[in-house]
Amino acid sequence: MSILINENTKVIVQGITGKEGAFHTSKMLEYGTRVVAGVTPDKGGLKSEQGLPIFNTVRDAVSETGANAGVIFVPPRFAADAILEACDAGLDLVVCISEGIPTQDMIKVKHIVDRSKTRLIGPNCPGIISPGKSKIGIMPGFIHKEGSVGIVSRSGTLTYEAVYQVTQLGLGQSTCVGIGGDPIIGTTFIDLLPLFAEDEQTEAVILIGEIGGTDEEEAAEYIKANFSKPVVAFIAGSTAPPGRRMGHAGAIIAGGKGTAQEKIAVLKSAGISVAENPAVIGTTLIEILR
Amino acid sequence: MKIHEYQAKNILKEFNVPVPQGVVAFSKQEALKVAESTGYPCVIKAQIHAGGRGKGGGVKVVRTAAAASAAIDRIFGNPLITAQTGPLGKTVNRLLIEDAVDIRRELYVGIVIDRKTALPVIMASTEGGMEIEEVAKYTPEKIFKEYAIPGFGMQDFQFNRLVYELKLAGNTAKKGKIFLQSLYNVFRRTDASLVEINPLVITAKGEIIALDAKITFDDNALFRHPEYQKLRDYSEEEPSEIEASKYKLNYIRLDGNVGCMVNGAGLAMATMDIIKHYGGEPANFLDVGGIASSETVANGFRILLSDPNVKAVLINIFGGIVRCDRVAAGIVEALRSMEIKIPVIVRLEGTNAEEGRKILAESTLDFKIAQNFREAAQMAVAAVNN
Repeated sequence: MSILINENTKVIVQGITGKEGAFHTSKMLEYGTRVVAGVTPDKGGLKSEQGLPIFNTVRDAVSETGANAGVIFVPPRFAADAILEACDAGLDLVVCISEGIPTQDMIKVKHIVDRSKTRLIGPNCPGIISPGKSKIGIMPGFIHKEGSVGIVSRSGTLTYEAVYQVTQLGLGQSTCVGIGGDPIIGTTFIDLLPLFAEDEQTEAVILIGEIGGTDEEEAAEYIKANFSKPVVAFIAGSTAPPGRRMGHAGAIIAGGKGTAQEKIAVLKSAGISVAENPAVIGTTLIEILR
Repeated sequence: MKIHEYQAKNILKEFNVPVPQGVVAFSKQEALKVAESTGYPCVIKAQIHAGGRGKGGGVKVVRTAAAASAAIDRIFGNPLITAQTGPLGKTVNRLLIEDAVDIRRELYVGIVIDRKTALPVIMASTEGGMEIEEVAKYTPEKIFKEYAIPGFGMQDFQFNRLVYELKLAGNTAKKGKIFLQSLYNVFRRTDASLVEINPLVITAKGEIIALDAKITFDDNALFRHPEYQKLRDYSEEEPSEIEASKYKLNYIRLDGNVGCMVNGAGLAMATMDIIKHYGGEPANFLDVGGIASSETVANGFRILLSDPNVKAVLINIFGGIVRCDRVAAGIVEALRSMEIKIPVIVRLEGTNAEEGRKILAESTLDFKIAQNFREAAQMAVAAVNN
């Protein structure tokens, strides 16, 4: 088992004809993901460079292909609308890779998506992968290995780092989810933890947070009360100066709130092991599994 | 993006939010002329992108031309040090000269996006003139909040509730409600991430005025507001950060001496953290993004080396889609044409990492190649401590 996706997930790509969209569609197909169609307005009826049918609208793509998931590579100013279109077409899962969506657009998206059956991952994220089954996103497939560790993270390359450490240590991953670096995201830690709890393949979870917001604190509270599988956390940004956005729009210490120190303290007080530096995320997990 | 107080007040005026009568001046002579035509008493306010200006001596009420001249002389062109500027302060190149206001009460109102609920929230407090963080810490019961209704925004009854929590009455209450409604419009229509009025004052005549004003825009939404893009004051920013932004590099200068160049924001933060963990101090945050081409590396290096504190550079690349051998070739090509006199530690991991390390080792350049993340940090810290 895995969470959110599996080998049967049928995926459409919004923005399949763009540079990023085209490149990663090929990579996803190489990995074995069942990408079934693309959507680009005005290019309906054409074929993508991978030979996939292109539709003008998500609704058309879904009704013709039976897709149940989507991934979005459209420019940020159109991305919020692309998410809403995917949601309206009834997709179960939408992964938005696009970075730079205005916050007020995301407020609207968040409240509409939360009232629908669609689960949104991202925006500004690397996507989801269940090694050996499917990947919907931009992560390098080959560093992953099918296994028992669930990974959920606000970051991209730092997730790859953790994945790589886990693979090197001989463990593998059940599902890895990059939830995104924006202040408003579709799915956060506490939305995924119950799924990892139910997933038989997942035996332990690595949670990678960073400065800004209170999602890690809420996760700590949830884990303490409800989550019985082993968890290792790492929080990036102990050395980040206050008031500055550290690359991600959501990675900012605002009004003295959202520091790494604060988050680490809350996680530890909830009994969660926190890796003391980013090079030992994997070994910290091995230690607690012993 | 941050803007100055006078720019924020100009925007408030467009939205019918009352502000004191004021004019900005860009030189001492101009400032004195403006003070003369404003009449006395008037207020001279240093315009820098930092709070705490009053306590730092950057705001002065003057009652005579002589006092105005003295205050302008003292403030203009000199660094102003506040709790938010750092020890060197920020040079004052703009002064706002305003009518003095007869203050009866000082209140606070701020609008931000609450991340947890994904909604705009208005925060109001009777404790104007104080840092809102301090009020939140010591007397949280004095802060009143209203969250917008999803999809429909802030409602009349919510503005009403705030007005009565702020203990406004009669005509002042009416004006207060209009003030809050207009301010909320500013927040929504300008794509702000913060609108803060501290203090919001009630005058002796019962008028409501935004005595100070702070607006921060959502950078992601600036494409919708070309008129606000023009308000950016480059003199308020670190020159090397402006330079980096031209190449779409995400660079933030810090005080340490280990320069870092990393792909990805999370990994870049984690690299700073691990340097500190092993006893060093990071000189910067630098995310070169997904494609670490030779051009990107060269630009990144130029920016890192413009900081004289940098005594060693740590390049930490996790090759995913971008292959490490390509990155290595890019690093070699970029650095061949530059004269680099400090140790460069490189850690490559991920796709084709082995080939990448080989390219670095076989080049004529003197790289210190780390086998893993931990070793890279330790080597970088050792290099600056030698």
